Amino acid sequence: MTESLNGKGLALVPRTDTPQTLKDFKSDQEVRWCPGCGDYAILAAVQSFLPELGLRRENIVFVSGIGCSSRFPYYLNTYGFHSIHGRAPAIATGLAASRPDLSVWVITGDGDALSIGGNHLIHALRRNVNLNILLFNNRIYGLTKGQYSPTSEVGKITKSTPMGSLDKPFNPISLALGAEAGFVARTIDSDRKHLQGVLREAAAHRGASLVEIYQNCNIFNDGAFDALKDPSLRDDITVKLEHGKPIVFGTGENERAVRLSRTGGVEVVRRSEVADDEILVHDAHNPDPSTAFALSRLDDPAFEHVPIGIFRSIDRPAYDQLMKEQLEAATAAQGPGDLDRLLHSGDTWTIR
Amino acid sequence: MTKQVQQLDRVIIRFAGDSGDGMQLTGDRFTAETGQFGNDLSTLPNFPAEIRAPAGTLPGVSSFQLHFADHDILTPGDAPNVLVAMNPAALKANLGDLPRGADIIANTDEFTKRNLQKVGYAGDPVEDGSLSEWRVHAVPLTSLTVRALEGYDISKKDAERAKNMFALGLLSWLYNRPTEGTIKFLEAKFAKKPEIAKANIAAFQAGWNYGETTESFSVSYEVKPATLAPGVYRNISGNQALAYGLIAASVQSKLPLFLGSYPITPASDILHELSKHKRFGIRTFQAEDEIAGVGAALGAAFGGSLGVTTTSGPGVALKAETVGLAVTTELPLIVVDVQRAGPSTGMPTKTEQTDLLMAMFGRNGESPVPVLAPATPSDCFDTAIEAARIALKYRTPVMLLSDGYLANGSEPWRVPEMSELPDISVAFTTEPNADDGAYLPFKRDPETLARPWAVPGTAGLEHRIGGIEKADGTGNISYDPDNHDRMVRLRQAKIDGIDVPDLAVDDPDGDARVLVLGWGSTYGPIAAAVRRARRNGGKVAQAHLRHLNPLPANTGDVLRAYDKVLLPEINLGQLAMLLRARFLVDIISYNRVRGLPFKAEELAGVIQDVIDSD
Repeated sequence: MTESLNGKGLALVPRTDTPQTLKDFKSDQEVRWCPGCGDYAILAAVQSFLPELGLRRENIVFVSGIGCSSRFPYYLNTYGFHSIHGRAPAIATGLAASRPDLSVWVITGDGDALSIGGNHLIHALRRNVNLNILLFNNRIYGLTKGQYSPTSEVGKITKSTPMGSLDKPFNPISLALGAEAGFVARTIDSDRKHLQGVLREAAAHRGASLVEIYQNCNIFNDGAFDALKDPSLRDDITVKLEHGKPIVFGTGENERAVRLSRTGGVEVVRRSEVADDEILVHDAHNPDPSTAFALSRLDDPAFEHVPIGIFRSIDRPAYDQLMKEQLEAATAAQGPGDLDRLLHSGDTWTIR
Repeated sequence: MTKQVQQLDRVIIRFAGDSGDGMQLTGDRFTAETGQFGNDLSTLPNFPAEIRAPAGTLPGVSSFQLHFADHDILTPGDAPNVLVAMNPAALKANLGDLPRGADIIANTDEFTKRNLQKVGYAGDPVEDGSLSEWRVHAVPLTSLTVRALEGYDISKKDAERAKNMFALGLLSWLYNRPTEGTIKFLEAKFAKKPEIAKANIAAFQAGWNYGETTESFSVSYEVKPATLAPGVYRNISGNQALAYGLIAASVQSKLPLFLGSYPITPASDILHELSKHKRFGIRTFQAEDEIAGVGAALGAAFGGSLGVTTTSGPGVALKAETVGLAVTTELPLIVVDVQRAGPSTGMPTKTEQTDLLMAMFGRNGESPVPVLAPATPSDCFDTAIEAARIALKYRTPVMLLSDGYLANGSEPWRVPEMSELPDISVAFTTEPNADDGAYLPFKRDPETLARPWAVPGTAGLEHRIGGIEKADGTGNISYDPDNHDRMVRLRQAKIDGIDVPDLAVDDPDGDARVLVLGWGSTYGPIAAAVRRARRNGGKVAQAHLRHLNPLPANTGDVLRAYDKVLLPEINLGQLAMLLRARFLVDIISYNRVRGLPFKAEELAGVIQDVIDSD
């Protein structure tokens, strides 16, 4: 288990002494994704990861929007709310802000989170609501049968774009960083160990965490992330970000390193051409998000170098905590609310 | 010189000026003095949506009308007895409402050539005799104020700004109002700027003294206190009453209040008011948009809060999908719509009753919701509690239709005793409800048809809800045709079965053949018009609907008991359409959609016409 970057995320959620297993988190509902869908791997990873949190199961809530991934809550034996398209972060905000004793997870997809629900996503992130947002990114609309999504590459040929899509895609990591997110990470459905490691850190982080999970839609966008899975390619493409470690990747003569560029960004150079002290050491706790943002651009536009791991993890007060503190401060200053006094406040007069 | 004091039974005053002249504040203070004095009263603020429209122009005119009397009154009055016109624009914009013989107090300092030209006056109406139908008092309010404040360490601009307090002082003298409240108010308002406080108080007193000494006013007036039911009173606006009602609902249900809201005219004051009362455990969340406001409220309701969202018509349109989710997940939720003139942006500061059909039907699928409408500003308090009662008892979103007239208008309110407030608490489900020890989230209470409400944190009752159709009982996803038909009917039956008090009819002699029906904020004007008709010998019954869905069980019988049913609405006949469809009664509609409340005189004429017609 990696050491928690900051362990306050679950401090207010009641814990259990009863040992839990994967089975405790399986609901009695039949899982109905297409055979071969990446969602199965993510579900299995989450179900087998939840027991290690040691939380009371009844204090865990999964909230989702609309889309294939949003069926997720039905398959977990926790509290769950399958809501409407794009609105899960808003609904989860009300829940998390009013119930600091809950561990609230949002399950969303690239269309749900970044198209119809883009506004709620960015505001949940900037407010730092205590949510773990898992964004399943398959770069396609699955449930509506294969239209391009806001993360599809330019020129995507789909039913709604027979001559190719025209719009520049969002980079979810860049977007989240721009939206003042305190915890931003990327992982992939096929690497359970990495996925669970990221989930662990996300859960431990108090405030909003955004985890982009590359997820394969084998029906409408099969192989979108094959380059990251192909044993002969993946090590030369995947840039694993680990806090406090120099950013190097690739093997043999393809070994590369990342250093700060003269223009204020970052650049990939051959490992052999760069001195050790020139290599960028990843600092996920840097209050300035500029370098994290630069790292998030490494895969653009070609899928040549793809960073995964935790881009950013900084401490700042969570929204529910701040809200609670205001209620407590008001009560401490003025005493608990007294309805009779409130109704009689201001200018009153008596008729006898 | 002792001036004569003349007794009046009622007075209507309108303060009018630029939107920066402080007319709303002046009106509020006069209202507070009048309440303190013991008159019955009713107010009508009227202001532009623009915060500071160009100075001196007609669109920039803001006004505040106050009706007070020695008896109980129902409306802010049709026609002012006194108009305070702070500039030519205020005169021009309001002159049409002024009956012959009314008093005009004109701030002549502002009647400059330029200001007169701005609003199209060729000459000065105060000077040229064109106002001879009215009693004009030419008072240089600005320069009198500035002169009175010589010696105070304030800027000329601040001195000029105190002219509204001079006007308030003059009117307070003219109507023998108590002054201590306003002095205290100014001391508190400018506590951090004592020199400004002193100057405003001095301006206020100078206005009073001016009234006493000037020859322009030979008489002052007295309106004796009204005989109201014993109790403690305060003045309250609809928005404030609604906020207090929501706080009371939270206290009486023992549930924390969560408000998710996005600022919108004329509903924002509810958000502002509730934000002040955090010590009641109230969480107010200013959301990124209307959808997030209702979404967060629904999320909080899932977690066991009393979830509320407040908005106006355009916001309700945006919230529709989430309200539908609340319908199908059967969670309690209160949606407050402070209606304003539409469609689209419409006229944000003007009133209307045009959202009834949207509240009833503005969602996809069969998605019935209870709909309530308060009748007066103070009734917003009780209606908010009633909305919460229904939402909690039946696990349903409830639409509460206030409007701009109620929201900003005010009246004296007898503050209720705590013992008069209903207990609306409900129990969360904490135990499995099936024979096999399982928890069935959609197993209904046989009487209310409400489903159980188990909140996260309750061990053993973990369950999933959502927008997809649910199997009766288990709540599992179901596409079964018969199940869907059953669930559609169950959700409808639950709303249809809500316990609603019978519709009361006011018919003093019991032999009226004409019924005037209303809903929402038209109560005051209709009741005042009915009084007038009765004074003229007309036989007319009156009934007013607070519950619009479901309707009181006796509604059909009431409607059929009269030869004619007149229904005035500030829309094109929305309730009339519902009642015609439901009861096959030939309702006579009277509709005006001018962004303003009905006038009692206008409705009295309509009632008389219906009585006289065959």
